[in-house]
Amino acid sequence: MKFATTRAGLIRAGVFFLVLLVIPIVGGPGYLLNTLIFTIMYAALSSSWNLIGGYAGYPSLGHVAFFGIGAYATGIIFSDSVYGGYAPFFLLPVIGLGVAFMSIPIGWVSMRTRADVFAIVTITLLFITQTLAFNLKNVTGGAQGKSVAPAPFDVGTYDWPFYYAMLILLAIAMGISLYFRRSKIGLSLATVRADEDKAHGVGVRVTAVKLIAFAVSAGLVAMVGGVWAYYVGFIYPQFAVDPLITIGMVLMAFLGGRGTLWGPVLGAFILVPAQEYFAQAFGASELYLIAYAAVFLVIMLFLPRGILPSITERLARRRASAAGAARDGASPTPSALPTSEVKVVR
Amino acid sequence: MEAESTASEALLHLTGVTAGYGAGLILKGVDLAVTKGEIVCLIGPNGAGKSTVLKTVSGLLRNAGGTVMFNGEDIGALPSRERLHRGIVHVPQDRSLFPTMTVWENVIMGAFILTNQALIRQRAEEVAEIFPIVARRRTAAAGSLSGGEQKQVELARSLMLDPALILLDEPSIGLDPKSRTSVFASIATLARDGRTVLLVEQNARSGLAVAHMAAVLEAGRVALTGTGQSLLEDPEVARLYLGASAQGPASALATSV
Repeated sequence: MKFATTRAGLIRAGVFFLVLLVIPIVGGPGYLLNTLIFTIMYAALSSSWNLIGGYAGYPSLGHVAFFGIGAYATGIIFSDSVYGGYAPFFLLPVIGLGVAFMSIPIGWVSMRTRADVFAIVTITLLFITQTLAFNLKNVTGGAQGKSVAPAPFDVGTYDWPFYYAMLILLAIAMGISLYFRRSKIGLSLATVRADEDKAHGVGVRVTAVKLIAFAVSAGLVAMVGGVWAYYVGFIYPQFAVDPLITIGMVLMAFLGGRGTLWGPVLGAFILVPAQEYFAQAFGASELYLIAYAAVFLVIMLFLPRGILPSITERLARRRASAAGAARDGASPTPSALPTSEVKVVR
Repeated sequence: MEAESTASEALLHLTGVTAGYGAGLILKGVDLAVTKGEIVCLIGPNGAGKSTVLKTVSGLLRNAGGTVMFNGEDIGALPSRERLHRGIVHVPQDRSLFPTMTVWENVIMGAFILTNQALIRQRAEEVAEIFPIVARRRTAAAGSLSGGEQKQVELARSLMLDPALILLDEPSIGLDPKSRTSVFASIATLARDGRTVLLVEQNARSGLAVAHMAAVLEAGRVALTGTGQSLLEDPEVARLYLGASAQGPASALATSV
């Protein structure tokens, strides 16, 4: 499969990141940056999940475990230091690499199952991690949680480092997605998603490529978790290893279109603001969850494969039928049915 | 076909090969030699182990005993990817194209293990000349093609590695008579270009007609070998596998299942 980087695609990406880059500088209402941090965070999470859940077709429901491990890594390392400064950001690559390596045996075991069973197996990962966070009290602080060293940033621009850190992680996740798609890894993943046995048949290194996607995906999610922990400043098990975070990243990819570059980003930019809006509109009651679900239900009913694939397909169909109509008008019979195929029929 | 005497010239040489799934053995000592440039057809009843022979050659299944020699090398322990590198391509019985990829992408996938893009492109163009369907339906999703067309694309794809040995598992299964004819014509084309084909065929009459040599597999062993023509004329083979007497009307050729 060929995925060309088109000029239009580059411009789209350029404009997107440029706008996000200048937003803190231009300024806006106080809640804007905060909402955007969470939106970009989910876009990065969903894009990372998309590597394994979308491109490889392995819908992990346990990815929040890696998010939590990343968060706790930051929390544990910087809990006692009075001055965290920018150090937690610089430590992110180490956390990412560590979690990526740690995830390989997990991926190796869980990816012996496929599809629905894989989703269920990975859910257990979520609960195991949460249980560990509750019970390894000496390390995690148990149910009482863990406070991260407060960030010593200026009040006026306090959010900026977190905002740009999330933005960089999103750019990395999308860059890796793009690299995957344009390289043999992406082609391998596409065949794995289509049919693993057939993939074996043409010589795809199925296990290796699945593990690469799983590990990279887990490492990225852990890095996002690290930034998040530093931003919120206080983590406890049901918050850092929250099933809603897993569901969020999966739903956003499904909504925007899994296995596409922009789908997870689009999903995040629709769902996170919608969620914030509903939470505000319906107050502290959990009613917002119902509105959230309703939006999702409506979209899934009408665009079951996600927004981007549905739109692309619709456009392609319209273009094809337009081309077909033009051809039919010009010459009635050619090419469609080669005569050699017709005449043999007895 | 005496195994020992042909060993030196045989491209593929199975000696006493046993293999199976789980506990039971399907192949109970298969001896078979395939000479370079020939089409060899394996026939036999269901469950005799025909497909299993192909799998042990392509590496989808490891042989439990015996040796699988290819080009003078024992390949029995090699993974299937390594066997692809040595030029052994397996076209399985069930549809093996990726249905959502285009015909062209599927053909390109046949050269997945290669890295030279120019070579891949050049091969694909050559293959498209041999199999016009590839050029004609280039951008169509492979899943939208008919069964016969898909089989043609699968055969086309098998050429992408410029293979020394092509393993074809029941290429005519599930095809209408017209598509079947064109599939067998394509198989003959493959061999005309000097390639070696090991063919498993339930449709024994067509398989034997196109084959230079043939072997009858029964209960995991080779029961009989000979030229394709001699087996076609063998009354016992005719009675058991051709569904008619060898002296039967020639029209049976066209209507046999």
